[in-house]
Amino acid sequence: MFSGFMVNAWAVGTMVAVVAGVVGFFVVLRGSAFPAHAIPNGAFAGAAGASLIGINPLIGLGVFSLGAALGIGWLGRRGRADAVTALMLVLMLALGAAFLSQSTQYEPEIYSLLFGEILGVSTTELLPVLILGGVCVAAVGILFRRLLVTSIVPEIAAARGLRIHRTEVAFLVVVAAATTMTVPVVGALLIFTLMIGPPAAARCLTDRPGRALGASVAVALTTVWASIACSFESNWPVGFFVGVFSATAYGLGRAYAAWHLSRVGRPAPAVA
Amino acid sequence: MHLLFEPGFFASGPVRTAVVIGGVAAVVSAVVGVFTVVRSQSFAGHALTDIATTGGSGAFYLGFNPLAGFIGGGVVGAGAMDLIGVQRVRSRDVATGIVLGAATGLAALFLYLDTTSSATTGATQQILFGSIFTIDRSTVPVVVVLSVVTLVGMAVIRRPLLLHSVSPELATVRGVAGRGIGLAFMLALAVSVGLSSVAIGSILSTALLIGPAAAALRVTRSIGAATVVACGLGIATTWLGILLAYDSADWVRSGQGLPVSFFIVVLTFLSYLVTGVPAVRRLAGRPGRHPAPADPAPADRAPADRAPAAPAEG
Repeated sequence: MFSGFMVNAWAVGTMVAVVAGVVGFFVVLRGSAFPAHAIPNGAFAGAAGASLIGINPLIGLGVFSLGAALGIGWLGRRGRADAVTALMLVLMLALGAAFLSQSTQYEPEIYSLLFGEILGVSTTELLPVLILGGVCVAAVGILFRRLLVTSIVPEIAAARGLRIHRTEVAFLVVVAAATTMTVPVVGALLIFTLMIGPPAAARCLTDRPGRALGASVAVALTTVWASIACSFESNWPVGFFVGVFSATAYGLGRAYAAWHLSRVGRPAPAVA
Repeated sequence: MHLLFEPGFFASGPVRTAVVIGGVAAVVSAVVGVFTVVRSQSFAGHALTDIATTGGSGAFYLGFNPLAGFIGGGVVGAGAMDLIGVQRVRSRDVATGIVLGAATGLAALFLYLDTTSSATTGATQQILFGSIFTIDRSTVPVVVVLSVVTLVGMAVIRRPLLLHSVSPELATVRGVAGRGIGLAFMLALAVSVGLSSVAIGSILSTALLIGPAAAALRVTRSIGAATVVACGLGIATTWLGILLAYDSADWVRSGQGLPVSFFIVVLTFLSYLVTGVPAVRRLAGRPGRHPAPADPAPADRAPADRAPAAPAEG
């Protein structure tokens, strides 16, 4: 389980979990679950387009995820954020369907772009993931206070002169970078699950931002490691285990929050 | 005339089925979609297509009727979201996300089992993207009947739902059971989304649910008028999209036409952009600027929604 090609799977899974735990913490805090779903799915179309014209899929992923992030930010400024996100998402997916209709791509390629191929990661794929992941974590570190204030008390942030809309766009760009790095290895659908389940579970455990962030990374790591191990043993897709374990973690988190409430008598953690 | 309508357009059986089913799906999606947009539940509306798809792939694997899988998956998903807390604005996003994540995991498993147990290539793409041109003729009556049932259901819950969407507090005072009406709407949403994803594919399902409704709500404030405009826009984009897709086989050198979903989505997106142009909004009798306060979804919005309209905007 820890030899040969599996070493790459463990390494890349760990990096993805850390980035998803950190970025996902703010996704849940800001209620940005829909953009976090739309950007990776839109990026998938970019990979299909890149393979059609024969360039590196990573470029297609980057361009499309950035385009989705900026499009959601720009259109969402005047209009309903969730409706605009839905429209950007279907526009990207429709472009993807158009690209696929023109290419002779073999079907398992689609499956792997959507659901990932973590057990088949090559060593050359590790470096871009490491670099982009580092950039994402660093960006969240720089934006940390600003993100926290604009997420929790937007009124105060506005009074302080923080540019809320710019912060939102900057955050969406971070999500796009995290997406570019993770879609080739874990797939468009999985990265979303990892950005929602573990952070939402972590928010049930504590309401202190620092601790919740740490818990979020810890739960994400546990989920990914357990999923890789189970997938290796059972031969079933990693995505299945990530989905089930994330939902289970959230269920346990909610149960803990309810138990804490009944014991202490006050809702200490803010249930997301 | 032949420039617009390729020879054989009206004689083609799949085209006729697509025109009928596309029109029915557009109308149901528009009626449900106006409330989805007003209630800021676009994410749930989209997530239910993916969840219905999970049901569809599960039914495909177990050998059930896919339609039952699509609708069953959607209804179970809607129930789970309601259980976790889709009715509270703050937890709505997370509730939807958790259910969507779990359903996606299941979809990964079903599709994997589908492709390993049977040699049916094309299953993944067919289930994920669907196609309006490959509808099985035998499902048409079922789709039409269920659409009518959904429309009647929406007509029944229309007034309390409207009140609850615009002002939950007032609805409570008037004795409207918020939880019940919210759940009833989620079920209507699940059935309509399940129907449209099996009939026209999951991309178009979301596009027709949100696009025409969001565009209509930019030009009129009244829900009734918005519903009519959304139905018109939905039908127009669907039929024009079918026509363009049919013609498109001649445009591309390979002779492989572009998918109908591509055209319908692009047309929908354009209609949304056009209705945002101030001149168009004035023409429709609605002031061009300050869309946020005029939108009829006041107390019901998540803070993230409100953020862009904040005064400190530089």
